[in-house]
Amino acid sequence: MYELTLARIISGLQAGEFSSEELTGSFLTRIAALDSQLNSFITVDPDAAMAAARVADQRRAAGESGALNGVPIAHKDIFCTQGVRTSCGSRMLDNFVPPYDATLIQRFNAAGAVMLGKTNMDEFAMGSSNETSYYGAARNPWDTTRVPGGSSGGSAAAVAGGLVPAATGTDTGGSIRQPAALCGITGLKPTYGRVSRLGMVAFASSLDQAGPLARSAEDCAILLATMAGVDARDSTSADVPVPDYAATLGDSLQGLRIGLPREYFGEGLDAATGARIRDALSQLEKLGATLVDISLTSTELAIPTYYIVAPAEASTNLSRFDGVRYGHRCEDPTDLLDLYTRTRKEGFGDEVKRRILVGTYALSAGYYDAYYKKAQQVRRVIRDDFLARFEDVDVIAGPTTPGPAFPIGAKSDDPVAMYLEDVYTLAVNLAGLPGMSVPAGFVDGCPVGLQLIGRHFDEARLLNVAHQLQQVTDWHLQRPANPAEAA
Amino acid sequence: MISLRPRRGRDVFFPVYISMSIAQDEIEKLATLARIRIDGAQVGDVTERINQVLELVDQLQAVDTSGVTPMANPHDAVQRLRADEVTEINQREAFQAIAPAVESGLYLVPKVIE
Repeated sequence: MYELTLARIISGLQAGEFSSEELTGSFLTRIAALDSQLNSFITVDPDAAMAAARVADQRRAAGESGALNGVPIAHKDIFCTQGVRTSCGSRMLDNFVPPYDATLIQRFNAAGAVMLGKTNMDEFAMGSSNETSYYGAARNPWDTTRVPGGSSGGSAAAVAGGLVPAATGTDTGGSIRQPAALCGITGLKPTYGRVSRLGMVAFASSLDQAGPLARSAEDCAILLATMAGVDARDSTSADVPVPDYAATLGDSLQGLRIGLPREYFGEGLDAATGARIRDALSQLEKLGATLVDISLTSTELAIPTYYIVAPAEASTNLSRFDGVRYGHRCEDPTDLLDLYTRTRKEGFGDEVKRRILVGTYALSAGYYDAYYKKAQQVRRVIRDDFLARFEDVDVIAGPTTPGPAFPIGAKSDDPVAMYLEDVYTLAVNLAGLPGMSVPAGFVDGCPVGLQLIGRHFDEARLLNVAHQLQQVTDWHLQRPANPAEAA
Repeated sequence: MISLRPRRGRDVFFPVYISMSIAQDEIEKLATLARIRIDGAQVGDVTERINQVLELVDQLQAVDTSGVTPMANPHDAVQRLRADEVTEINQREAFQAIAPAVESGLYLVPKVIE
């Protein structure tokens, strides 16, 4: 039962082939048996999940149906869930039980979804490997000595390992797409503003966006339909109509122009990964798309720009964690300054502290113009570079990451080497564009992903391209052996 | 701080100010600004790691951005306005239920004023 896609689960529940109680029970059993190998969950509440599943079954019997009625799902531990601990992978929020639900959580609950638990993540979403979590590293189901990617590593590992059919994640610099690529699943970062950020603990407010991780583009389309839409309580959410994503999945790719930036295929890209990406692209060509060589000259500016903008915004967002109103508080503070400085010393891990300090520096008097303001100018240059390319092509494609998953611990001593993992994904967040990662084969037995980038609010087209690719290839259908068996 | 290092795209070494490199005492000032205590034993390591990141972002100095308006939001969106009407209810009890220390509806902190 754990091998069913979301689409198949929905049709199966509708046809009465199985109940939500059976389905939820089977996933909870798998989590109990296998998650010690993956560490993909921070919080699982089996009793609450089974109760919710029974309610869903009763509702279905009474003729009430939400779009996701009875469907098991996991949420990244960055979304506030009322009454359920929300830790953001940090000691700072280890004891934080939110008094409200994020808008995204409310939408899933209204649709009838059954939450299995909260997934592991890099602390406060800062990382590309899920190694900075206070709750320990998550592991890649394809090879448990390797990282699942990050920061949505727990969500990616849980879906790839068959512990849950789908999960939510967030993406600030690649944190949905990169783990999706390294775990061999499909992940989508929507356009900035497409999904409400109310109740989603903020890392970088102008970059963060929530999105789905699932086994196929079709499944992502189903989830995005529930997630997308303007929210009066998030003034950065866009008042743009939500199209019927499922309706256009099957559109022909004839005449589609796919731009391939030469900067994405140069030095730094592992040769075997590049070959897999080229194979995937030739499949799209066979479906009628035209591949066009383009140049995104601003590509090399993405990393330095991001590592000023994101830490600067993080330093502001994380200043709310002060031991006063919620979360961790140091023992016996001697004065107010001691309360703040010791609470934050104890509550934050090393990478979070590093980024806060870099951000504080970039915003401080005397440096603001040279670094933060400069970065904001370069950010416009990067966005405009993409917009100019989209005059000649409809989709931009390339590898999601420079290579497959790396071993746990291999990059944790060198922050800059870790940052280079996101070289193809960061610019997409800076420009606010939608981006997807789709499975594109394997290198040394580990998955790699094809990244598709679209115009603002063109998620329907990305889902369409990914879906059509998945009709003629089977990379997305591959599953790793159960971790216990592989051990 | 002055040092000799090659600049991107140029053939010659010449002295430049490495404005993005921080000294240890500046790290301590930053830590105070950020309200994070860093142990004396860790300051050296933190300084080195941060300088690695700052070296990375130094590349932006070479980019010509004359006449470019800074972009804070990818859509150049502006704050939406609404009518000045009360729409939220007071939920102080619920929100304070998870606070470390409260009394009479107030959050308790160490004494600030002598």
